[in-house]
Amino acid sequence: MTLAERIIARAAGRVRVVPGEIVTCRVDLAMMHDSGGPRRVKPMLDQLGVRVWDPERVVVVSDHYVPAFDADSAEILDLTRKWVRAEGIARFYDMQGICHVVLPERGLIRPGMFAVGGDSHSPTGGAWGAVMIGIGATEMAGVLATGEIWVRVPPTLRLEWSGHLGPAVAAKDMMLHLCRTLGLDSATYKVVQYAGPAIAALPMTERMTLCNMSAELGAKTGIIAPDRMTAEALAATDAGEMMDVADWADSPGAQYEAVHRFDASVLAPQVAAPHSPTNSAPVDDHGCVAIDQAYIGACTGAKLVDLKMAARVLAGRQVAAGVRLLIAPASTRITTEAAADGTLATLTGAGAILLSSGCGACAGYGAGVLAENEVCISSTARNFKGRMGAHSAKVYLGSPYTVAASAVLGRIADPRDFVA
Amino acid sequence: MSGERTGGGVVHRFGDGIDTDMLAPGRLMKRPIDDLAAACLEALDPGFATRVRPGDVIVAGGNFGTGSSREQAAQVLLTLGIAAVLARSFARIFYRNALNLGLPVLVCPAAVEIPSGIRLAVDPIAGRARELDGAGQDTGRSWTCEPLPDHLMTMIADGGLLPHLAKRLAKRA
Ligand code: SF4
Repeated sequence: MTLAERIIARAAGRVRVVPGEIVTCRVDLAMMHDSGGPRRVKPMLDQLGVRVWDPERVVVVSDHYVPAFDADSAEILDLTRKWVRAEGIARFYDMQGICHVVLPERGLIRPGMFAVGGDSHSPTGGAWGAVMIGIGATEMAGVLATGEIWVRVPPTLRLEWSGHLGPAVAAKDMMLHLCRTLGLDSATYKVVQYAGPAIAALPMTERMTLCNMSAELGAKTGIIAPDRMTAEALAATDAGEMMDVADWADSPGAQYEAVHRFDASVLAPQVAAPHSPTNSAPVDDHGCVAIDQAYIGACTGAKLVDLKMAARVLAGRQVAAGVRLLIAPASTRITTEAAADGTLATLTGAGAILLSSGCGACAGYGAGVLAENEVCISSTARNFKGRMGAHSAKVYLGSPYTVAASAVLGRIADPRDFVA
Repeated sequence: MSGERTGGGVVHRFGDGIDTDMLAPGRLMKRPIDDLAAACLEALDPGFATRVRPGDVIVAGGNFGTGSSREQAAQVLLTLGIAAVLARSFARIFYRNALNLGLPVLVCPAAVEIPSGIRLAVDPIAGRARELDGAGQDTGRSWTCEPLPDHLMTMIADGGLLPHLAKRLAKRA
């Protein structure tokens, strides 16, 4: 069995599962945010007359409507806080950052877990060797009522990356490349497992970017087999202890639906043109595209590793006149760490404007949305029409390196020219 | 458990990759569902929400509902009275959301052949869509859809996940 199949079998109380069969899994962890969470599930649970099956296994994060920017968002946050208290949910992270980043920071996602999240980027948790699946609100209400969920055991696609990434090339570039070559529905109902030497060399936060954007391939989830780096990184979180990850190591001899091979060494920085991540191409293919805004944010592109990429490009440089560079670190802890190691000073010194930690402009909820016909390059995961503001706004996607380089030149730029 | 969901709704055709922001725009997500429904698909087809009539059917290409997990993307279609969505394929979270809410979503490999504006009667249980003429008579043209997996049939028959759970919990009590 593949790693995902072994985790699903364990959660279903089965010795073996095969792709295609329907099983019922016990949920180890259910994560929700303020948008799809309490405000949606509360009326449903009330209607059913039940409470959360196990408050210990539920995590709530406020990230979409933070900080409250009008009466509606304030109400949503108020409802979230009250519900969490009423249900006795201790793991509530209020305005601490974006759920997919806060969860691993607190050591809450661990190898071998079967978890669900009320958000499509829940596959991010797979970077830690867990199966974490994104679900909608009614489905979440079902999980909260019963502690269970049915799944059709997904087949696994294995994506083997050889070689190593060149200077100013990052996990984001790998994903934009995969979006184009495989397509947005290439992995629908499937698990995508990333493997190979180029993956093993990536830090956990970059692995999270890969699993995060598995959502863009349509996947049920993304996963990376835990290794020594996973165990060490986990010990450095609030988990605070080394875990024996051997049980959940890669499965030799497992059956994959397909194995695709890629070479990281030849990958150029990638940029996706509006309005889909599949419109990606090497940065230089896009020609001269002037920008109004550069945005570094979201669960996908504003972890400490991402801010450091931007800082490498921006050190000793300035954001171009007439361009605004907005940076919303993915969590308050990241802001603290970036302040401590000098990253933040480099960014603001170059003229970047610091925003609060949360989803922000990523899905058009918060600060930094775009006016009609404006052009933005962003380190987020999606550039659907109208997602970041006006319908006619054009959003390009790139790595934090590429976004920062573009902010400096005022047009989409190749970051390799900036990083020696 | 059989029966047609619509006695001949008008077909509204869309292409590939209809995403959750087109269905339920992010900037309106904190508004009540009626406000979201009024903006459904406006980016592609201005005025869609006012033209669509209860019982109408959406026919689309591949990866319908791609993007966010927001359930409102399916809920707005129910709010507008859409009787069924037929598409070549669906994004997985949208697919589950729709069925959980009781909106029939049917995988129809030949969806691209179904013309816009015709009247369609859809039977989600039988997995069949047939064209009706102005008088409500069968024109003889029909298309097949993949049948829903068995384990979902009871849930759909109960009217969605919540009523289904209510039944299950009542049995346990
Ligand atoms: S940052 Fe963007 S992609 Fe990530 S959870 Fe928030 S809205 Fe979704």
